[in-house]
Amino acid sequence: MLSLTAISPEVLARYEAVIGLEVHVQLLTRSKIFCSCSTRFGDPPNSNTCPVCLGLPGALPVLNREAVTMAMKAALALNCAVHPRSRFARKNYFYPDLPKGYQISQYDEPLASAGWLDIEVAGKAKRIGVTRVHLEEDAGKSLHEGFPDSDRKSYIDLNRSGVPLIEIVSEPDLRTPEEAYDYLTRLKTLMLYLEVSNCNMEEGSLRCDANVSVRRAGRTAFGTKTEVKNLNSFKFLQKALAHEIERQIGVLEEGGEILQETRLWDSREQRTYGMRSKEFAHDYRYFPEPDLLPLVISEEWKEEVRRSMPELPEAKRARFVDQYGLGDYDAAQLTSSKALADYFEEAVRRAGEPKLSANWILSELSHLLKEAGKEIAESPVSPERLAELLALVAKGTLSGKMGKDILAEMFSTGRAASEIVAGKGFEQISDPEKIAAVGREIMAANPKQVEQYRGGKAALLGWFVGQVMKATGGRANPQLVQEILKKELGS
Amino acid sequence: MDLTTLSIDAIHAGLLARQFSAEELVRATLERIERENKAIRAYLTLSPERALAQALEIDRKVRAQEPLPPLAGVPVAVKDVLSTKGVRTTCASRILERYIPPYDATAVERLEAAGASILGKTNCDEFAMGSSTENSGFFPTHNPRDLTRVPGGSSGGSAAAVAANLAAAALGSDTGGSIRQPAALTGVVGMMGTYGRVSRYGLVAFASSLDHVGPFGRTVSDVARVLGVIAGRDARDSTSADVPVPDYWVALEADVRGLKVGVPDEYFNGLSPEIGDNIQKGLDLMARLGMKVEPIRMLHTDYAIACYYIICTAEASSNLARYDGVRYGFRESGADDLREMYKKTRDHGFGAEVKRRIMLGTYVLSSGYYDAYYRKAQKVRALITRDFLEAFDKVDILVTPTSPVPAFKLGERMDDPLQMYLADIYTVTASLAGVPGISVPCGVTRSSPHLPVGMQILAKHFDEARLLRVAHAFERAGGFEVA
Repeated sequence: MLSLTAISPEVLARYEAVIGLEVHVQLLTRSKIFCSCSTRFGDPPNSNTCPVCLGLPGALPVLNREAVTMAMKAALALNCAVHPRSRFARKNYFYPDLPKGYQISQYDEPLASAGWLDIEVAGKAKRIGVTRVHLEEDAGKSLHEGFPDSDRKSYIDLNRSGVPLIEIVSEPDLRTPEEAYDYLTRLKTLMLYLEVSNCNMEEGSLRCDANVSVRRAGRTAFGTKTEVKNLNSFKFLQKALAHEIERQIGVLEEGGEILQETRLWDSREQRTYGMRSKEFAHDYRYFPEPDLLPLVISEEWKEEVRRSMPELPEAKRARFVDQYGLGDYDAAQLTSSKALADYFEEAVRRAGEPKLSANWILSELSHLLKEAGKEIAESPVSPERLAELLALVAKGTLSGKMGKDILAEMFSTGRAASEIVAGKGFEQISDPEKIAAVGREIMAANPKQVEQYRGGKAALLGWFVGQVMKATGGRANPQLVQEILKKELGS
Repeated sequence: MDLTTLSIDAIHAGLLARQFSAEELVRATLERIERENKAIRAYLTLSPERALAQALEIDRKVRAQEPLPPLAGVPVAVKDVLSTKGVRTTCASRILERYIPPYDATAVERLEAAGASILGKTNCDEFAMGSSTENSGFFPTHNPRDLTRVPGGSSGGSAAAVAANLAAAALGSDTGGSIRQPAALTGVVGMMGTYGRVSRYGLVAFASSLDHVGPFGRTVSDVARVLGVIAGRDARDSTSADVPVPDYWVALEADVRGLKVGVPDEYFNGLSPEIGDNIQKGLDLMARLGMKVEPIRMLHTDYAIACYYIICTAEASSNLARYDGVRYGFRESGADDLREMYKKTRDHGFGAEVKRRIMLGTYVLSSGYYDAYYRKAQKVRALITRDFLEAFDKVDILVTPTSPVPAFKLGERMDDPLQMYLADIYTVTASLAGVPGISVPCGVTRSSPHLPVGMQILAKHFDEARLLRVAHAFERAGGFEVA
């Protein structure tokens, strides 16, 4: 096989990749999908279990209505048709962390199908089809490491067994790793907006597998696809897809054939490798789950869910442009997460000043958050506090520069702007008499510069302003300083 | 007074009149078990402490003159496929030999809440798969009417316990005839309600869309009493029906005159003539009671056995996947890897019939065969159900033999699974259609050793009250002893 670096851009350009994503999203219900056990993450192993999610003989599943409601929200937000009648099915396979020997999922009659999600490619919208959204239960977790006898034994934690998931399957409409990344990002944003999942990839509440094939550019028939698993970070997704696309092109260029198989992404070695096909040549023997009745969704229920849906990212972005007069870019940035958008609106509600708020949130605050490795929801500066600061800046009580320093201090100490300003004598000096006095002192101490200025070297004004600012510890209102110095130097 | 032969009503009256205590009742039954169970082998596990604790509570209620619940003091046996908290539940399988559940099945919970004393767990075919109780992973149960013969199955232990007065009543499970057929072969009453009538929560699943929990008793009235207690909606079983439960016992007394009795021709082919004679006499008696007996056709009956064995094995192959040696039950030691552990555990833990059904079921669900077998069987099931719905447009109840033959000899059919499957030929149809059915004694065979014959009565969905009414009228008119 050709080494990957050996494939030239010209060769790559002769091919087109075809990508479809299967995304599993863990729903944020308080209890599991078929029993009343807690879904809390991080509890002691096997503490959130009962006969149902342990798969004890004789136990039976009962569907959690809230899980259906959340799945419906996701499906409706993805523009899917939610079916009045769907059905659960058993997916049969043996695995130690699958206590019943089958997973209750949906198969030929899913909850919802035929939707779409728009992504952006080169500044233009591209519509990605969503084949289906279905409900299923999660399996438990096998623990192969971290125990004294891990060389001989594996342990099983069934806290996750029965946690509700939705599987969102896209059409093979994605063409590049970047498109796949954008799709997954937007999908995640949507789920966070809907508050149906926390989409935490580390905790496994968002998982992604990809179906990948390549074909000669211009062809319409699909090539043989591989399924790439273990794409459990946004970073890996693009790398793994790029790698797999190049690998397939390499095989074809050498006259080889793509094997239909499941491949695992190994992030340490930065490559995918095929899993022994025997191990994964599953015949899941799906059949309708006889322990559950068909899932019937009335028009009323669907409408109730639709009415309870929050404003979605696209609508919010448009509204921010309309209502607050923001630019497209700022509006898109602010609506990239619901938490950020909510933060912005709360700050504006208190301070007015939408543009100023947008600027400060997207630059200063975002910068501080990024440095601290924090999310907007964890910001030590609440929107109320930011609004207070921005009001001072807007009034001219604080200069922009001072505002930034104060924000940094608010961020690190958690104190309010007014407190910091009062404590430090941070308030801006706007008394013309005081400023003039300082100006005169500086002029007296620097007669040479005064002479040069008066001799026509106007650029020296900036130097005088700087000296005054320095002498006032930056507290003088720079605009006033400029005006007053002009007057003083001119006389 | 022999305390082990009393009806539920007699027990209730006796306790109220303080003729005996609940403790005496339970002790008398445990003593009888001690004496006679060795030959019959109806029980796998006894729970005397649990039974006595309940009896003492009932006796306290009697002394305090508190109202007595409907099954107060009644000593009952429970088939070992129903989960019992703290009492081992084996399904008569080696794979669950030491499994002790942490919870009670709904039916068990309701029995105890109604005052019954749970004496123990009864033998059955492994995971309820069989028609003779010979497929038990531990030992076969003997028919109390003739110890050289099988009690039928799979609920053979419960049927034998009631027939031999080793319990006043019992719970069984019926998937394709597993209550009705052993009731017939041991000469007691056994009933399966409408699918959804009794919660399956805690019933270890064999074939979920066909599994029922139901009672055995020595009289129709006793069966009505027990059914009334265990029936009704249970939030823990999504397939349990939200249909009100009438007072079955009160309903027993209503008039049967004018009821239309359909007799489907298809159920009288390949029948032992002696059984046919008894059923005819039973029908004659029904006619004398004022019911109108008429022939009827059930066109898809011939396909029922094939359809049943495809659906039940398919579901079983999935339901029994959880017995993999990982979390509970038996695990074969000495396996090198996971696959090997699965294989050895399941190979050594399951008996031949269970393995046969898992293989059949796995096959019919396999990709490429699903449509030809499982999907087609579902279509046939719909046609069989339609046969019943159409029949019940014309008649009120259906009467058939319960089993084509009386109790057969132990070992006689063990080498011929197909012959064994045909033992269910008259019972699987109602299971597939989900309609309720009861088997009542209908005399004994003319020739020695005069074995019990069972008559099956079927009614439309949720029409248990009418079924019990007809059975009760038949019993009162001497139908159990027709000759």
